[in-house]
Amino acid sequence: MATFKITVNNKPVTVEAEPDTPLLWVLRDNLNMVGTKFGCGIAQCGACTVHIAGQATRSCQFPIAGVGTNKVTTIEGLSPDGSHPVQQAWAEVDVAQCGYCQAGQIMAAVALLKQHPNPTDADIDAGMTNICRCATHYRIRKAIHLAAEKGAKK
Amino acid sequence: MENVSRRNFLKISSIAAGGSLMLGFSFLSEAVEAAPAAAAFAPNAYITIDGTGLVTLMAPNPEIGQGIKTALPMLLAEELEVKWDKVKVELAPFDPKYGSQVAGGSGAIRSRFMPIRQAGAAARMMLISAAAQQWNVSEADCTAEDGFVLHKASGRKLGYGELAAKAAILPVPKDIKLKEPKDFKIIGTRVPNIDNHQIITGKPLYGIDTRRPGMLFAIVARPPAYGKTVKSFDDTETRKVAGVKNVVQAHGVVAVLATSTWAAKKGRDVLKVVWEDSTPLESTADHDAEFAKLIQIKTENPPRNDGDVEAAFASGGKVIEAVYELPNLSHAPMEPMNFFADVQGDKADLFGPTQVPAQMRQEVARALGIPPENVSIGMVRQGGGFGRKLRADNGVEAALISQAAKAPIQLMWFREDDIQGDYYRPSSMAKYRAVIGPDNQLVAWHASAAVLSSGRALSDAFPAGAIPNFRLDNHNLKSNIPTGPWRGPTANVSAFSDESFMDELAHELKKDPIALRLELLEKVRTAPVSKVAYNPDKFKSVIEKVSEISNWGKPTQKNVFQGFSCYYSFNTYVAQVAEVTMINNMPRVTRVYCAVNCGRVVNLSGAENQVQGAICDGLSHALFSKITFDKGATVQKNFHTYRFMHQKDAPLEVIVKFVQTEEAPTGLGEPGLPPVAPAVANAIFAATGKRIRKLPFEFNKNSFAQPGTEKRV
Repeated sequence: MATFKITVNNKPVTVEAEPDTPLLWVLRDNLNMVGTKFGCGIAQCGACTVHIAGQATRSCQFPIAGVGTNKVTTIEGLSPDGSHPVQQAWAEVDVAQCGYCQAGQIMAAVALLKQHPNPTDADIDAGMTNICRCATHYRIRKAIHLAAEKGAKK
Repeated sequence: MENVSRRNFLKISSIAAGGSLMLGFSFLSEAVEAAPAAAAFAPNAYITIDGTGLVTLMAPNPEIGQGIKTALPMLLAEELEVKWDKVKVELAPFDPKYGSQVAGGSGAIRSRFMPIRQAGAAARMMLISAAAQQWNVSEADCTAEDGFVLHKASGRKLGYGELAAKAAILPVPKDIKLKEPKDFKIIGTRVPNIDNHQIITGKPLYGIDTRRPGMLFAIVARPPAYGKTVKSFDDTETRKVAGVKNVVQAHGVVAVLATSTWAAKKGRDVLKVVWEDSTPLESTADHDAEFAKLIQIKTENPPRNDGDVEAAFASGGKVIEAVYELPNLSHAPMEPMNFFADVQGDKADLFGPTQVPAQMRQEVARALGIPPENVSIGMVRQGGGFGRKLRADNGVEAALISQAAKAPIQLMWFREDDIQGDYYRPSSMAKYRAVIGPDNQLVAWHASAAVLSSGRALSDAFPAGAIPNFRLDNHNLKSNIPTGPWRGPTANVSAFSDESFMDELAHELKKDPIALRLELLEKVRTAPVSKVAYNPDKFKSVIEKVSEISNWGKPTQKNVFQGFSCYYSFNTYVAQVAEVTMINNMPRVTRVYCAVNCGRVVNLSGAENQVQGAICDGLSHALFSKITFDKGATVQKNFHTYRFMHQKDAPLEVIVKFVQTEEAPTGLGEPGLPPVAPAVANAIFAATGKRIRKLPFEFNKNSFAQPGTEKRV
């Protein structure tokens, strides 16, 4: 076991973990922040997407030892109350079916909108590679366009 | 305000027990005992109104993403006359008082539409009675609205909270008066998913999020192939991993229990298990070879056998023949299989994702050797179902591990465990033959299909009844690889072959694919060959609607090719037009139009979402997904090889329209899926002249390098 001091959602935290522990399990098991989800464990589905230094990252393949001083943002830290424009767009379009993958989808969309504040369908095609098993792709696309209108780049 | 005594609750309970909708009160009477001062009105298992007017509605059925946690309480709120944004909705635990708590067969709204409305209406009538008594006026002069009872003549009004204590001691009415559909305020509107806020903010909602004091995380070593079982194991290295607390064998698996998921996983990875072959190790290639033989054989009891197909085939008309092949599919719900279990002596506390809590309680009790009453099953929002949780193996496994380890545990399967440990949509092969008579009419249709293990690949569906000689043969190939229900069982197979073959026949007959279906349905309507399971008028309603909204035959954009398909399942009629554009020699499904006749729509947003999702789900599997076996082991291990669509593969638009009808709701979770694969395959034929008779499509850059030879006329 080793001790890691990391910053999650702007709060410094200290965790005891094996250095190879994926950040996903540190969040879920050590910090009891279960909003970030496990789907495949091989960085294919994106259910575990968080931001590390502002970059969308699949936390199931990202060891705690690699976090260092980079700030980690999870779905719980996107806004205090669900008021981030992407969260609002998700609610307004009523995207979720089972809802399990949507935290990862939202985190991926937030990162996409930082790069492409007014994304085209081609930008969304290229940038959104998370799996949704309920296949809510059509509403995800609508919600991303709506979030862009709401000014998600801020 | 009077206090409600336990005695009064029991009195209401005994009255209620005689009715069809009142299912017992143990939960509520316990709540009253715990807080004797609270005056609550709880006329049945689904509704509680406290003295402050807070209305709590229980959602009785498992929520797997089909939206039932929103839709059923909507029915209660409608009849109760309360504002939707003022109610609190809770997912009910498993309890026989809630009736059949199942998520399967697209059945919850179908079966509960009337009884749940009656539960809401009974409560509304009792609140009106309470107010009328208090004011000493006639009930007929009182109305209920937005959580109040009004006496318009005198301008008086009382909130439901103020009436709760009085209503609680009234008898449950025998003749329950439902609202007129014209007065619906909630049914038929767009109501967002009840859990949206928790979903978008990442709150704990799912089985996998369960955390209990002293709980250990359990990761299991499962057989690496069907046919293999545990012979022995050596856990020396596993027990050296920091955080690992125990290793137990139960339910045919070896479970590593640890204080964190990662420790349990690392422990599992260094566990040395010796597996032995207990039954044959089967491969997909062998199944396919057996299928090819079986489909040539006639069965003794065909599900349908009109006329004489053999005589028709010998009659000299033009014979069309095609063979369709579909793969095994894994359910792979996004939330991996998991369950919390705490078994202590002869009691078991379980909590987690299941589509069948009643069955789970029975199976857990049997496995543990304890009475079913000693098993509690808590329900939780589920990260997808698709049929995977219609069996109780996850709960049984968790319970047996907890029993063996004498500890509260949370079982979780990694994705590789899930893909190998599934029961699958059965792989299948079907041979279709048809005869075109001298007057360019279909005179015979014969389909013979074989599937792996259980299930069927053909159902007694359209165009049965429209063709004088019509026969189906269903074969099952015995296997130790388990298969079972997967979203739209049978329909998800038969729609592809039936509707692709119909398109082939339209081409041969030189008829428009939609015109051909309408012509056949007209025959069923006017002179059916024999009884059919579907209503030809309702079938026509969706075909005509989708033809209209898609501008069938005249796509508005250049280089857009259309394909059509329609299918009836779970009492619901669906017709779809898929539009395909060839981009760099690869088809992109740009748009799918869909018309649905599912009776009255309860939640328009949820209903559209189900159909839009079913379309993308069906397309995703048609494009990419298959499970093949090599010596009992799945060749596909995780999502890098068991693939799903990304945004780049999804239609840019999915347009869903419901046929307006006053009829009672029919199924909706599944019927949107079956027609999409053939609609897209038929569109690709229109675009390229290539017939696709095998799923998944698995297109690559060479798939369309050569032009097709069967160009549509």
